[in-house]
Formats: sequence, structure tokens, C-alpha cells
Amino acid sequence: MYDLEGYWEAGTVEEAVQLLEDHPAAKIICGGSDVLIKIREGKLAGTGLVSIRGIPLLQKVTLKENGDLYIGAAMTFSHLTSHPLIRRLVPVLGEAVDQVGGPQVRNIGTIGGNICNGAVSADSAPTVFSLECRLRIEGKAGVRFSDMKSFYLGPGRVNLAQGEVLTHIVVPREKYEGYAGHYIKYSMRNAMDIATLSCSTVCKIDLKKNVLEDVKMTFGVAAAVPLRVPKTEEALKGQPLREELYGLAAGLVRQEINPRDSWRASRAFRLQIGGEIAARSLREAVLRARAQEEVRLRGPKQQEKVQIEAEQTGQQQEIMQPESDQHRKEVR
Amino acid sequence: MVVGKSVPRVDGYEKVTGRAMFTADLAPGNCLVAKVYHASIANGRVTAIDTSQAEQIEGVVKVVTFQDVPKISYPTPGHPWSVETAHQDRADRRLLTGRIRYYGDDIAAVVAENEVAASRALRAIKVTYEEYEPCINPREAMKGTKPPVQEECPDNILAKSEYEIGSADQALAQAAIVVEGKYETSIVQHCHIEPPVSYAYMDKGRIVVVTSTQIPHIVKRVIGQALGIPWGQVRVIKPYIGGGFGNKQDVLYEPLNAFLTTQVGGRPVKLELTREETFANTRTRHKIYYDLKMGLDAQGHIVARDMLAVSNQGGYASHGHAIAANGATSWRHLYQVPNVRARAYTVYTNTPVGGAMRGYGIPQYAFAAEAITDDAAVKAGMDPYDFRMENIQKGYFADPWLKPIAANTNGVAECMEKGAAYIQWKEKRKKYAGQTGNIRRGVGMAIFSYKTGVWPISLEIAGARMVLQQDGSVTLMVGATEIGQGADTVFTQMTAETLNISMEKIHIQTVQDTDVTPFDTGAYASRQTFVTGTAVRECAEKLKEKILEYAKELLWERRRALQTSARETEEVPGADGGTAPDSASWLPADLCDGCIVNAAGDVLLALEELAQESYYSLRHSSAITAEVSEQVKKNSLSFGATFAEIEVDIALGKIRVLDIINVHDSGRLINPRLARMQVHGGMSMGLGYGLAEQLLLDEKTGRVLNGNLLDYKLPTMMDTPDLTAGFVELEDPVGPYGNKALGEPPAISPAPALRNALLHATGVAVNEIPLSPQRLIAAFEKAGLLSASVGNGSEGKKEDGADV
Amino acid sequence: MPEQMKMIQCVVNGRKETLCVDVRESLLDMLRNRLGLTSVKKGCEVGECGACTVILDGETIDSCIYLAAWADGREITTLEGLLGPNGELTRIQEAFLEEGAVQCGFCTPGFILSAEVLLRRGEKLSREMIRKHMAGNLCRCTGYENIVNAVEKVNRERNE
Repeated sequence: MYDLEGYWEAGTVEEAVQLLEDHPAAKIICGGSDVLIKIREGKLAGTGLVSIRGIPLLQKVTLKENGDLYIGAAMTFSHLTSHPLIRRLVPVLGEAVDQVGGPQVRNIGTIGGNICNGAVSADSAPTVFSLECRLRIEGKAGVRFSDMKSFYLGPGRVNLAQGEVLTHIVVPREKYEGYAGHYIKYSMRNAMDIATLSCSTVCKIDLKKNVLEDVKMTFGVAAAVPLRVPKTEEALKGQPLREELYGLAAGLVRQEINPRDSWRASRAFRLQIGGEIAARSLREAVLRARAQEEVRLRGPKQQEKVQIEAEQTGQQQEIMQPESDQHRKEVR
Repeated sequence: MVVGKSVPRVDGYEKVTGRAMFTADLAPGNCLVAKVYHASIANGRVTAIDTSQAEQIEGVVKVVTFQDVPKISYPTPGHPWSVETAHQDRADRRLLTGRIRYYGDDIAAVVAENEVAASRALRAIKVTYEEYEPCINPREAMKGTKPPVQEECPDNILAKSEYEIGSADQALAQAAIVVEGKYETSIVQHCHIEPPVSYAYMDKGRIVVVTSTQIPHIVKRVIGQALGIPWGQVRVIKPYIGGGFGNKQDVLYEPLNAFLTTQVGGRPVKLELTREETFANTRTRHKIYYDLKMGLDAQGHIVARDMLAVSNQGGYASHGHAIAANGATSWRHLYQVPNVRARAYTVYTNTPVGGAMRGYGIPQYAFAAEAITDDAAVKAGMDPYDFRMENIQKGYFADPWLKPIAANTNGVAECMEKGAAYIQWKEKRKKYAGQTGNIRRGVGMAIFSYKTGVWPISLEIAGARMVLQQDGSVTLMVGATEIGQGADTVFTQMTAETLNISMEKIHIQTVQDTDVTPFDTGAYASRQTFVTGTAVRECAEKLKEKILEYAKELLWERRRALQTSARETEEVPGADGGTAPDSASWLPADLCDGCIVNAAGDVLLALEELAQESYYSLRHSSAITAEVSEQVKKNSLSFGATFAEIEVDIALGKIRVLDIINVHDSGRLINPRLARMQVHGGMSMGLGYGLAEQLLLDEKTGRVLNGNLLDYKLPTMMDTPDLTAGFVELEDPVGPYGNKALGEPPAISPAPALRNALLHATGVAVNEIPLSPQRLIAAFEKAGLLSASVGNGSEGKKEDGADV
Repeated sequence: MPEQMKMIQCVVNGRKETLCVDVRESLLDMLRNRLGLTSVKKGCEVGECGACTVILDGETIDSCIYLAAWADGREITTLEGLLGPNGELTRIQEAFLEEGAVQCGFCTPGFILSAEVLLRRGEKLSREMIRKHMAGNLCRCTGYENIVNAVEKVNRERNE
């Protein structure tokens, strides 16, 4: 039994906005896997809740005509991972949220909740940052869009006013097309855990020049909010694709991230791991980008071979085999 | 013959259908809800408490504080009570307290109509404290604190023990090689998936407590002691329980729950702990610090071992010094060492309370002892397997003082052989020597010995009752408890074996009720198949004797009736004493397959027929029952070994277990499948202990930092490798069915085996568990291993380091 | 607050239920206290142990962190709902018994429901996949070994 002072269900975003206006002390609840826990802990005991989990519009992923991908905030992690558009266009995001907690929590928790919770350990956050997603927010005053950086204010704090509802996470076409990514969650357990540190790398390569054309790298739990590493990114851009690249990335990252000492892990430990997972995540992202580029350049006949090569790199290990089987079908 | 067979669990259907009723499933719908107010400091005194606002909250029925409870201190451990005052458990707890000894100590309790009201009431209680500096390190605490944690122990030393065989100092001074090391374990928690829960109500003026416990009869006694009421005023019922592992071998909140029902006119009150309370406010496994020394002669024989152990007790005594002392006792077993010394201290601190946990001090001890054994082998330039084989006690040996603890059978060498063959020890020790690169592999091992039950340190008593039912089936009641380990199944097997009737005809009572089931001290110390098994065997033999006696009377009666009808006369049975061939053939001699048979094995009578007669015979009806209460004065050492192969990712500080086997000498296995299950569970607990689990405390405040299942790293399915169990089955001469301890031993040796495998893989000796990534990264950095690997050795290249 | 109730309609173990629930109730509370489905266990109340797992519209969820009010219009299966009309076990329940995947039995209902949903997918499962899809259920007794074995056994039978 949760200690609540009022509960209201919204059928539309407009209703949700109105309910939040009418009950200024009420909080939004979507999946519930964070909010209900805070109520039980006593942090939010006695709160009112406006449930937005039943709003159909928020449970869809749609591809707009301009190629922008609109991800409904109430999409559960598991539905996101298995969604054909996510698999085809931004598989790294589906893989990232497939590392949240365990299966039951992934069937409850939502990407919108994950972001609005403001936790620096959120598994979706580094990838959403690296993909330079925009957030579509609806309020009494209408619709506004926010970038990720200005949305995250601090640990557990986001830039969402009372009466505002995050409706969609938008991945702009130019931010995913031609890019490949890889997310590494470093945690003490292989399931049911939160990240001690995490890194999502999204990159684009120039196969002809054999250089890293563009790279975006974001860390979870390396600072108070998810942390992009612009200096590292700048230094890596244009670098030739060879073994030294990864050692370089590790070293740069260790200088740029600023993790703190906490009982969960020390700063020194996080620095060591941060460099290491940066290098490994970049390595995997480059491999994926290479496979993707080769498919594009060689044309459909060569695709099967490339897929096999991609498999041999071990990139499939992070996701479950049958899902990657389906994924392959869709790529073809 | 059913002993030795992998028969299915007798409670299996109930458990796979969800019909097995646990404590919370039985609580009446109108139960009031109780919650405990816990201190937010680790050391101090309550100077004022205001419950007035809490009492105003709608739905709150009663608030009680430390000022309202009986001024009686009581002990909590699930030990048999000692009738000698000097040996009685330390009585240092009150139902509620104003003197705060650890963060979360129990100050007040609320009884309410529902959870929300109870929680709100807790938040409305106002407490002011006089605070003292908390001390969470026993080595500091034993220097003395002001005030002491417990007033009766001014130096905070709850107890110490010491012994010496030969002269350790002298032997160490003369040894060719001396190895020294400091080893440390961490506080861990049992993590049974069912949190402790009880409900209590009054019935005809008595208190009835239904609770998830391993020790119902002891809970009854302690409630009586804590409330200062005759013990007979208390009745304790134990339904199915969702795991215990030693935590529920302690009296937890049952006395408070019993008290609370008396405060609300006997209405039912439920006290269900949260997971967070389970971590902070029940019991934990003691953290123990070891300073060890070992001396070897030039040939690599151990000539001396010296131990100093300091055990962190926490704020209350619970099982107290028995844990550290158990390890000190083990220090003189297993290896042949002419000079042995041990000194052990158990020290009160301001931390959560240490109690019993699977292995009772031996997992801590074995980590340290088996780590230094590998360190000694390395220093002597010997293979750790050969070093152990050279130095272990082979065959029979006995404890010099604690008789009759002895290796009545000793399969440790066979366990080692079997484990080494499985893991391919020699090949892999060679293959993985001198690796470079980021990914490295290693194999490691550890061995142990473990007592069966607690005799002669403590009393061993068990009870069993059997009733021949009207249809020839048998109901069996024991006071011992099924806690998931399969006790009910093996007791059923034992009864079927001795009575020689099919298992389906044995009906065991799963629920223990202290008003009904015979006295037994409960599930702990791997004692039940051994001690309760002895009682079950005795009881079955007694029942059999009574059945045969009745059969003899019945058959004689029938025979006489026949003869009378044939107008013959004969003397009473016994006159021809079975010597005449015709009378021997009608005399019942044994039970076989649910029938009474003569000496030749011919069926004389079905048990079913006899049973019906025994209930309804007009001439002589008397239900056939047997009951025993057995004191068991025996103890056999069981043995075992773990062999593990691991892969280390140096740059990430991670260990992956590639293969692991436990091989056990637990005597004859009553049910091999259940035995394997016990081994798997223990291994998994040992893996968690070695690699991941630790209850973290804030150094300054003593607060538990990670008391939940997200932050406390209990292994999930994805963290647990495939587990292999092996056995060396030697028939133990003193175990009732050739069996000896099995329940706890599997949890002992995995942690040191992993630590020793890490030593093999990397050359880095890590002397604290868990071998957590942060600890490994620091150790690797110190050893200069980190610079060797930058951003390489991704998961896709697992073979890298291994193929040197 | 003044008690706020919500009328919901859902299907639980194949039976239509119309219930008036307190909006503060979790689905776990509702199933145990209103419907007497005590196979749904409370182990942590925060979605970390999986003992309260139920199947909701074909997916497993932790019923402790799901409001009863949300069950409106949903179909829910608890372990009680797997049994045949005469108490017959499903194959996965039998396999749990055969493989020795049950000890104290407290986590067992949640594990069996997770296994049931996983096995319904019909695909061939590796041991690693089994581990990944059942990692939301914690067990302290078995070391998981025989639970993986039981799921693998049924999956193998169905894919032969």
C-alpha cells in the first residue's frame, strides 16, 4: 500500500497538463519503477500522482516524413528494444535500455521516466546524449523542444516545470544516419544493477580515408549529470582508424571526466574504468560503423559476408541472439 | 531401499504450485500491522521521545517505546539453553532500548490498522539523542570506548579463547620458511528471499506466535524469557519458510511481536520486516580479521601455525564468540602440524549484529587459512595441490580436546583427487604460468573440514514421533525444521527405509507447532540428518518393534482361534518359543514392503490389516505409536574441496568464473539429488562471498549504506556460472545412515579457491574478500599490471592471454 | 486522504473480476489480499527480487511496483492460473520438480512464471539466453543451476 494523497489518470497529454495544473503538488507517474520506490522510501510519501501511462500517443515510435524519429515517452524499455524502427535506425539505444535492471523492470519502466528521473546512472541517458536527441515537452503554454544538456540540471533534477509533460524523445535524422554506436554499462553485476560507470559512443567513419569522421561520447556517473566529452571528441575526430586510436581515447577521457569518490566507487577506480570502457566502446562503435559502411559501399550482394564479419567481432554478444537474428533480417 | 535414492521432494508439488503456505500467507485478514522505529545514530542514548503526534494519526492503535517494555535482558541465539549459569548465552538485549548500540537499534514500535498509518506514525515520532562517537572497528574497540558498547564488558571484549599445541613461537623461530599474512573478510548477509515475518495473537490467555524461523522451540523459550512469563504460556508455530541460512537461527523480532499483541488485548499483530530492515536489523556474518603465520621445514612440511583472530560482533552478542572460536578449533584440524596456536577475540562494536550464517565461522576462517596455505606453497616453490597433499591429515584423526570430534572417515585426499582431475589441475597450472596481456586465466583450490552438529560444545537433542495410522500408513512428526534444504524428504526416506514401507505411506508433518511436535533445537550446524536422523531411526525401530509385538499377539490370537475351532488345545505362545518348526513360521520377524513377514521372509500379514486391528479390535485395540527424545553424543568431521578456473580482465578489474567444482565427503548421501542441490546453493553463496557481496557501513556514522538487493550484490542468474558438484561417498560409522554434515560445507571453500586462482592468474595476492573490481584495480595498479594494458582485451578476444 | 477507490475490471487466471480497489494498493496487495492468490510473494517491495512476478498481458512484471488501478482492462496470470482444472502441472512445473530446481520454494512461483513466458516464445534457447531472461528473479537456495537446467530441458523437448 503506497502512501498517496490523490491519484488521477490522464487519457491525453492535454488532460495530463490540466490535472497537473489542478493539483500543483501532484507528480507525474509513468512506469512507476522509480516514483513508487521513492514513495515507499518516504521521500515522496503523501504525494498525489497523475498517471500518464495510459496515454496512447506516448506509447508509439514513429518516423516522421523528414526522417526524424519520435519515441513516445511512455515506451517501456522492452518494447523499445524490440521495436523494428529502433532496431533498424538506432540499435544502440535499444541495446542500452535492454541493460536496465531485469526483464520485469524493463517491462514496466519507460524511457521518458528514465530521463525525467534525472538519475546520472540512467541507462538510456548516455546514448540519448550521444545521439543528440531533443526532448518534446508539452505544457499549458504549448510545445517546446529542449536539448539534453539543458534538461539535466543536477542529480535527480531536470528542467521540467509543474504542468509540463515530456511527450517524445526525438532523434533527428542527421544524428543517426550514417552513425553507429555502442553502449557499455560497467556495473558490479551482469543484471539487476545500476551503472557504476557507463559510456555510449556514437561515431561515423570515412572508410576511404580510413579515419574517424565524427564521434560523440557520453558518460553516465562520471559527473553530476551525464557527461559529454567534447575535448576528447575533438581530438579523436580525423584520427586514423588504427590500434593507437583506442589508447588515445582512454588517455583523453581520463583527463576529461570528473567522477567523484562515493561509497559505490572511488574516483581513481572510476578513472581507470572510464578510460577503459571509452576505448572498448569506441572500438566496438568503429567496428559497427565499418560494417555498416561496407554494406553501403559494396551493395546488397556483399551484405551477407559483412554480417558474418560483424558477428566475428563479437558485437552480437551484448544482445540476445534471436533478437539479433531478427535484426539481421531487417538490415537486409 | 530408499536411503541413497534421488526420490522427489515430498513438498515439491506444493512449492511448484504456490500452494505452500508461508507465514505471511497465513496471517488473518484483520491483522494489525506493527512497525519498528529505528535509531538514526549508531551510539548514544535517547534523552527524549515524543510519540504524541504519532498517536494522533488515524488508524494508529498503539505506540510503545523502550520505556514501556519489561526491564528484562534476554539472549537471542538459537543455541540450546545451558542449565549451567556459566555457560548461558549472553543476555544483552531488551525488546526496545534507549541505549543505542548500532545504527538502527530498536527504540519504539507502532501498531496500526494498516501499513500507511504505521509508516506515517513512525515518521511522526520525535526522538532526541545524546550522541557518542561510534566505533565500528573491533581492533579499535578492544582498546576501550567511552562508554563501552555493553556495560558489562568495559574493554568491549565479549570473549576470548586461546590454546597452544607444542610451541608455535619456538617452531616458527626454527622454521626454514616463514610465511605471514593479514587476511580480512567482509560483513555479508543471508539474503533469504522471504524476509523475517511473524504474527502473534492470544488464545486462552496464551501467546501464539506464527513465525518464519529455523528454531521454533528455542523461540518459544526466548519469548518466555524476554517477557518474563512462564515458557508454557507461549506457543510457536513454524509454517513453510523461505530460507534461513542461519539468520532465522536467531530469535529476531518474535519476542517484540509477542509483547505487542499483549498490548492490544491479544488482537493479531503482524510484524513483517522490510528488506532494508533485514539487512540492518537482523543478523550478519561476522567480519573477522586474521593475522596468520606458518612455518615450514626445508622439505615443505608445515611445522607451525599461529593465528590471531579478531571478530567484529556488532552491538549485541547473539551467537557471539562461538563463531570465531569455531574457526580457531578448525585451525588444529585438517593439516598435520606439530605446533599450533590460536588466539581469538570477539569484540563489541557499533555495527549491525553478527550471528550465525551458513558455515558458522568456517567460511571466514577457511578464506584466511587456505589463502596462507597457497602463499606458503608459493614461497616453498611447491604446487599448492602437492603442498596440501603432503601436509593434510590422512585417515582417522581426532580433536585433542573436544572428544569425540573426529575424522571417523576422511575423504579429503579423494576429494582433492577428484576435483583436480575434473579441472585438469596439472595441465592448467602449467598452461597458465607466466601469462602476459590483459586477459589472464588461472586455477585455484581450497579444502576444508567441518563438524557435524555441535556436540560436545553444546547439547544435541532431537525428537521424533510416529503413529501407525488406521490404513497402515505412518505419520511422522519431528521438531526439526524443513527450511528448504530437503529435511522433510530425507526424514521420510529414513523412516521408509527403517520401516521398510514405501515413501508414499509416510506422511511428515511440515508445520512445527511447539504444542504438538516433539522437542528439537532446530535447523543449524548441518545437524539434522545426523542428529534428528538418529532420532528418526530410533523412533522407527521402536515403532517397528511395537508393530511386530502387536503382530505376534494378533497372529497368535488368530492361530488359537483356528485351533479352537478345530477343537484342539494349545499352550500360550512362547511355550514353544519359536523353536518348533511350525511355530517359527507363524512368528513375525520383520517388516518388508508394507507387510509383516516371518524369519524366512514369507508374508504373514499386511500392515494395513494390522493397523485396522490395532484401532478397532474388540479384544485389544490400542493405536501403535512411538516417540523418542534422543541425546546424540557423536560428531564426525566432513570434508571437501573447491577447484575453480577463472579469467581475469585486468583493466576492468573483473573476474569471470569459467568452471568450478565442489567435491564433498559428507558420508553416505541420503538423497544424491538433494545433496547436489545443497552443494549448488552453497557454492553460489561462496561465489558471492568471494567475489561480490559486502554489507558496507559508513565509516563515520555506522549506517548501512547498501542494505537493499540492488546495492548489495547478491549474485543474479547472469553472475552465476554453471556449478558442478562431486562426492566421495564413504560410509560414516557414527552417522545414523552413514551420513555426516552437508548443509553448510558447500559455502566454505569457493572464496579461497577463487582468491588462489587469482594468485595463479596474475601473481597478485589479494587478502581481503570480496575480490571486488575496485579492490582488484587497486591491487593490479600496485603490482604494475595496469600500465601493461590500455583499452584492449575486449570481450571478443577472450583467448588472448590464455594462449601463452 | 479520504479513501479513493477505483472500480476496475480485469481477467485474473482466466476469470473476469470486477473489483473496487484502493488507488494506493499495489497489484501485489490486490492479488494477495483481495483475491487470496498467495503464490505472489513479497520479497523486497521495490522490484529487485522478482518474488512477486506475475504475467500481465503476456509479459512478466513485478507486481509490487505496479498499481492495482493500472490492472484495469488487463489480463493477469499468477502461478495459481497455470494449473490444469484437476490440478495438473504444466510441463515447466514438472521440470522444476524433476531437475531439483526447488528448495525453500519462496522464489519458485516467480521463477516458474518467468520461465513460462520465456518458453512461450518458442525459440531455441541457449543457457546464456535463459540466464538473461530470468535474471530478474533472485534465488539464494539453488545457485540457479537446476533452474537453468529445468528451463533448458523443456525448451529442448519443444524444439526437438
